[in-house]
Amino acid sequence: MVRLIAAIVGLFFSGWLLVSAVLGGTAYISEPPAATAESLFHKHPKEVEFSFEGPLGKYDRAQLQRGFQVYKEVCSACHGLAQVAFRDLQQIGYSEGAVKKIAADWPNQIASIDPATGEAATRKALPTDKIAGPYPNDVAARAANNNALPPDLSLIAKARHEGPAYLYSLLSGYEAQPAELLKQFPEAKTPNGLHYNPYFATLNLAMPQPLTSDGQVTYADGNPKPTVDQMSKDVAAFLTWAAEPKLENRHRTGLGVLIFLLMATGLAFMSYKSIWADKKH
Amino acid sequence: MSFPWAKEYKPQNPVMQWLDSRLPLPRFVFNAVGAGYPVPRNLNYFWNFGVLSGAALGIQIITGIILAMHFAANGAIAFDSVEHIMRDVNSGWLLRYAHANGASMFFIVVYLHIFRGLFYGSYKAPREMVWLLGLVIFLLMMATAFMGYVLPWGQMSFWGAKVITGLFGAIPLVGEPIQTWLLGGFAPDNAALNRFFSLHYLLPFVIAGVIILHIWALHIPGSSNPTGVEVKSEQDTVPFHPYYTAKDGFGLGVFLIVFAILLFFAPNYLGHPDNYIPANPMSTPAHIVPEWYFWPFYAILRAFTVDFLFIPAKLLGVIAMFASILLLFFLPWLDNSPVRSGHYRPLFRQFFWVLCVDVLILGYCGGAPAAEPFVMISQVAAAYYFAHFLIILPIISKIEKPAPLPASITEAVLAKQA
Repeated sequence: MVRLIAAIVGLFFSGWLLVSAVLGGTAYISEPPAATAESLFHKHPKEVEFSFEGPLGKYDRAQLQRGFQVYKEVCSACHGLAQVAFRDLQQIGYSEGAVKKIAADWPNQIASIDPATGEAATRKALPTDKIAGPYPNDVAARAANNNALPPDLSLIAKARHEGPAYLYSLLSGYEAQPAELLKQFPEAKTPNGLHYNPYFATLNLAMPQPLTSDGQVTYADGNPKPTVDQMSKDVAAFLTWAAEPKLENRHRTGLGVLIFLLMATGLAFMSYKSIWADKKH
Repeated sequence: MSFPWAKEYKPQNPVMQWLDSRLPLPRFVFNAVGAGYPVPRNLNYFWNFGVLSGAALGIQIITGIILAMHFAANGAIAFDSVEHIMRDVNSGWLLRYAHANGASMFFIVVYLHIFRGLFYGSYKAPREMVWLLGLVIFLLMMATAFMGYVLPWGQMSFWGAKVITGLFGAIPLVGEPIQTWLLGGFAPDNAALNRFFSLHYLLPFVIAGVIILHIWALHIPGSSNPTGVEVKSEQDTVPFHPYYTAKDGFGLGVFLIVFAILLFFAPNYLGHPDNYIPANPMSTPAHIVPEWYFWPFYAILRAFTVDFLFIPAKLLGVIAMFASILLLFFLPWLDNSPVRSGHYRPLFRQFFWVLCVDVLILGYCGGAPAAEPFVMISQVAAAYYFAHFLIILPIISKIEKPAPLPASITEAVLAKQA
């Protein structure tokens, strides 16, 4: 009885699935999905190498500081870094005093209460404050940006596939819309207020090209030339640190754990073999 | 019950004797996983995965309890509290990555444990109850994992919760009220997050309880083995301790090495980047996908694209997805071949490997976008999945001519050695 019912249920499910597959399959073959501008012109992130890649990768402190400089002078005009506190910058090599100064000089002040009147007020940032964006709320952010919301950048490097390479490619990948694209898809012309970038999923994004010219940020002496390519790479590295500040700790701990486990497992294997030595199995 | 030659617990230490006559807990352990449990001597490495599943549950409970000390189950701050764990809590990153990847490791070993049972016919008499309780554990695991994934309150958490509770919305008439009741609102929000957190904390202990029943039921007939031939005499068995404690110790080491590689060097490999974006009810992700361990079932859910008479395709998909797991409860009665082990079932063995490939294909399609050709492929693969269990297995068990079985476990072992 169980087998009879099972066979009927099975025939129904399998049969209907095969019917659906045939229907869907015929539609797919007779009318294959048309190519879209995205499917033809979207590009995979560029190949790029970072010092923090690989199982033993470490951050390059000088690069992170350069990246922070790019963030401070360019990105922070629109984007916050709300999971990162100023004091965390000590991890990338700034001294306590330098961090105090960075916080105090930060243009985006912190909302507070006037101790005398109880009225809403603002104050200078302290090292313990999170790195705030320029807008008091999302409505203000949209109002200032043509209704687009500049996302917080704390986790952006982990919130995109191949984050570091993606950020680098996006920032250095703005270009004029290819003539070929416009010829094939005249309706896909980048709308007003958006900007063409082949590394962006929909090809058009609200953010105008932030790094426009070499030397936009002045690096201290002895640093690489601040080309758009170099600045993009540096800020991508900085944002990766912002998203994963414990990476070095993780790699170091992982190495120790693995060495221990390999030895312990080796011993466990030998004790297994010796206990079973007299038993055929 | 145990075999008559099982060693008896004889405490020498007076304290242990005193304890044994009042609360024989050490005796219980001795008989369950100690020298008092005779186990077939020929178990291969696939028999490690039961113990490994238990270890994975232990890791999840310990890391989870500590994470719960720092997590805030409130829609406004849940996402930030997870980042607080990652950045400010001592070794918080280690705990959270261990817990997130521990869930994946748990499913990997449980899937291997289940497929071992499928190949070696471990679900057959007299071990049906072991199999059924195992499936209960599997269902509880799926519920726990789903609710756990909602807690970080990222985009995939939110939209995953919306899609999965939406499945209940497909039930005719009462669907939407049920969905609203489950969520405590019209969309996932604070009420849903709080109850998911509460249940996510509760269910692992329910799982631990069902595991005790699972092992209890196992100890009535004793463990199965790769030949599928029952234990006949003392020489067919070895005591669990030290023989299998040693072997499981080695297996646990290998498990932890794989776990450590994942945790320390690719902790986000199995996760979805969108879950690092805070939940936003106003913005739907391009592709909503669950965690990898749900992909085969997600593929079955989405494989139904055509209404059947008055039954909408969505409802069919929901029924089929639940049916794909529930049918496993009937497996002991669908496959009534007297031979357990796939080693001695030439026809069964071939279809078993087809099933393995089929489930991998389903998994791949479940993680892919819901577009052709993946829908078409998952339809064919899902059709095979149902046909395999509901039609093919019962027929095989009727027509197959099994290979001759060894007279005993010891004979099989000695024949292999010779």
